[in-house]
This record gives sequence, C-alpha cells and structure tokens, in this order.
Amino acid sequence: MARALINVPARAKRGEVIAIKTLISHVMESGFRHTSDGVRVARDIITTFDCTYNGVEVFHADLYSAIAANPFITFHTVATESGTLVFKWTGDNGFSATESVTIQVE
Amino acid sequence: MTRSIARGLCAAAAVALILSCPIRSGDAGNIPLDQRRSSYELMSPPTRAMQDDDTANPGTLWVLDGEALWQRESGAAGQACAGCHGDAAQSMKGVAARYPAFDASSGRPIDLEQRIVDCRVERQRAPAPARESKELLALTAFVARQSRGMAIEDVAGKDERLRSFLESGRAAFEQRQGQLNLSCANCHDDNWGRSLAGNAVPQGHPTGYPIYRLEWQGMGSLQRRLRNCMIGMRAETYAYGSPEYVDLQLYLAWRARGMPVEAPGVRP
Amino acid sequence: MSAENGVTRRDVLRHAGAATLAIAVVRPPIGEAESAPAAMQEAIRKIVGDAKINPGKVKLDVPPLVDNGNVVGCAVTVDSPMTAADHVKAIHIVNEKNPQANVISVRLGPRAGTPAIATRIRLADTQEIMAIAELSDGSFWSDRANVIITLGACLED
Repeated sequence: MARALINVPARAKRGEVIAIKTLISHVMESGFRHTSDGVRVARDIITTFDCTYNGVEVFHADLYSAIAANPFITFHTVATESGTLVFKWTGDNGFSATESVTIQVE
Repeated sequence: MTRSIARGLCAAAAVALILSCPIRSGDAGNIPLDQRRSSYELMSPPTRAMQDDDTANPGTLWVLDGEALWQRESGAAGQACAGCHGDAAQSMKGVAARYPAFDASSGRPIDLEQRIVDCRVERQRAPAPARESKELLALTAFVARQSRGMAIEDVAGKDERLRSFLESGRAAFEQRQGQLNLSCANCHDDNWGRSLAGNAVPQGHPTGYPIYRLEWQGMGSLQRRLRNCMIGMRAETYAYGSPEYVDLQLYLAWRARGMPVEAPGVRP
Repeated sequence: MSAENGVTRRDVLRHAGAATLAIAVVRPPIGEAESAPAAMQEAIRKIVGDAKINPGKVKLDVPPLVDNGNVVGCAVTVDSPMTAADHVKAIHIVNEKNPQANVISVRLGPRAGTPAIATRIRLADTQEIMAIAELSDGSFWSDRANVIITLGACLED
C-alpha cells in the first residue's frame, strides 16, 4: 500500500510563503546491502519527486540511495492562487505514486 | 550451568515466590515507581520531534493504512472491523492500554497482535496475518493509536488468573541468558541511563509499541524488539507468538503500569 | 531492515565477534574540497564543473551527534531574496563516506518563496556532508557539517 502523507495548509493569503511537508511509504533499498550469502540486494529507491502547482513545476528533487526509507521532504512555495498541488514520486521498478491536494488562496 | 537447568531453577524459584508472597505493591521491577522514565526522554530532540509531529512521524503511515483496513470488508464473512466495532476512536479507546490480557479460550494471556489475528480469523474468516506483516502492524498501530496518552493499566496485578504468567515473565526478565550471560534486568533495571557503545540504555518500557525504529527503518512490534535484544545477548530466540514472549510482555506492561501509551512511538 | 527476508543490514561495516561494540571516532573536519575523497570530489565536479565554490550564504543544519545513522534529519537554507533576477536555482547535498556521494539534488525557482528544504538521510559512518547552492547568476555557494555516527550496541542479525 503506497501511502503518502502530505501537509499543506488548506488556506493561505495570496503571496504568503507556505511550508509543505511530504512523507511517503517506501523501503528505499539502497542497493549496497548484501544478504548473509553475500548476494547484493538490488537497488529499489524513489529517484524523483516533483510538485506542480496548477500545472507549473514549483519543486523537483532527484533522490539517491542516501535518502532514508519512507522519504520525508519539506519545501516551500508561494501561495499564488487557489488550485491544486500535485505531488508525484517515481522510482526503480516502475514505481509511481501521485497525490493531489487543493488549496484556497484569498 | 546449562540454560535449561537455569530455567528449571528459575521456574522453581518462581513457584516458591508465588506460594510465599503476593506481588509486591509499589514495586516496578527494581525501579522505584517515581523514577520510571520512557525511552522517549533518552532520545535526542530531533528524534523526539519526529515522534511528536503526526505529520512527520513515519508511524503515521502505518496508522493510516490501519485505518483503511479497519473500514475494508474482508474475509469470507465480508465484514469490516468497523462492521462490529464501529468508530475505532470510541470502541478501541483504552484497548492497547490493557494488553496483554487474559484470553478465556486459551486460558492464558495474549498480546494485542494475537487478539487482532484471532478476530481476523474467527470473526472475519480471513487468513491470519503474519507477525510483522504490513497488515498486522498497520492494524496494531491503528488500534494502539486510539489509546495514546492513556495510562497503561495494571491488568496483571488485578487479575488473579494472570498471576502465574506474570511471575514467569518476571523470572524471564531477571534470568541471565545467552552467550553474554546477561539478563534484561542487568541492563534495564541496574544500568539504565548509562551508555552502551554510544547508545543510552533505556529502562525498557513498552510504552510506544508498535514503534517506528530508526534502526529498522520500519515499523515493528514489541516481540521483534525483544528478539532483537536476545540476539544482542547472543541468546537463542523464541518463535514469534511464543508464550514466553507474551509472559515477558505481560511483565513489562505491569512494570510500566501507569505510564502513558505513546503509540506510534519513534525509537532509535 | 525487514526481519522477514533474513537480510543483514551491515555486512560491510560489521566486525566479527560476539557483541559488536562500535566506538565512534571523532575526525577533524576536512578543510578544502580538494582533500575530500575522490567520489565526493567527482560528484562535486559534476555539479559545478570548473566553477569556484564560495563558502557562505548556505546554512546546512544537521545534528552533530545522532541517535541512528539510518535517519539523520538535515535542513538547508540559503540567503537569497528569491526574486526573478536573484534566486536559488538548485541545492545539492553530497557526502564523504557513503558508497555513493550524492544525496539529493533539488531544483527551485522564484516560486519557492524561500530556499529552505529539509529531508532525512542515511549516513554510513562518521563523516562530513556538504550542501551546494547554485544561484541564478551561475555562482556556487556551500556549507559543510560533520556528523558523528555510532553503531547500535545490539544488532538484530
């Protein structure tokens, strides 16, 4: 069950800088671990994370193996207008997850 | 002295103890009641902040999964947990604070995870979720979360039927074991607060379970943590679900009676 | 990590013996990028090319001693007005001792409002990490931090 937890204020004033917190369930297998038989455990990580605001990219991150499991990423954006923030994670083995949150901007 | 002989002697001692005196009141193992501290207090501020903030606590992901499972119709009976138990915030309030509890059908205590497995199998007629599976951890986390802030109940002290199991658990806690010949009490009663290789030794109270453990980078039950400890002592572990663990969990809950539930906890 | 598939976590770092008691060694911070290990230097070179990296403007916030190297909270903020003419285009974090030097690369713009990000990273050992910010005028700025990592006393496998 790929589950994400997004924290965005439901309302904001126009021009206000808001903080966005995101947390997604993912094992982030680094690709550097070995089983007790010495076999390398294949990498399985989230490699990109984007946020678009009414279709415009406002944040993009490339993630590497050093990001801890269940990636937690916080960033900021200016509340420009009411609308939808879409969060997308993609990664190894075709991993893809999307969440949307609406925001009211006065 | 081999382990089995040691355990035999311990069992004999436990029986003698039961027959000779009641549970010592006002005695939380060997730590005075007012000196008991949750492991939370030994954690660094960033780790504490991770536990305190539901929007940043990775355990919340399991609680949310558990909430979804609670609503989902499952098994041959086509029944959701909500179908019988309704709103968990009401029906499950206080439940985690009184487990392990006596189970009449088996005549012994069971932990919360076993209670959930039994419900899944017997009431929902669904396959038994495995210990440490995402499903069981999610449901346990969700149920335990409903007791957050509530005091752990003195279940074993008040229920005569649990007396012998409590004493088994206490004996297990105080018995030296493994290649390192250490008992739980050696570290968690006698040396809590001191450092072991850069990590602080906690008193070992089960207030946060199931926990998101940074070492595991995932969620786990108290039994997983107990196994982890036993491996650290180079002792052979019991299988998941073993009565030995549940007896020990019962003793740990009694030892922590009155302390608030912190689930879902974050621990190093 | 998961107990189910019997995978051990740290065969690379583990020492033989019954109880593994790891002692943390405090290392002095490395002064210049040039003396950092090759992998870290290579990662930095890929980010900045031949450009000079100026110390300053960037603040890398990471606790000096952490409960567990698996989950180290770190935050980066940059001193910038974030206007169309003068803003942070990207923030990169690299590390010294993990098997891979890159940690995260973030793309920003004026719409960020404030160039502040935070995440949780894994650090394999006591080491230095470096945050590099690329500004809209093409200049690079950086900050460094040292983190002490202790291994757990009682391992699971």
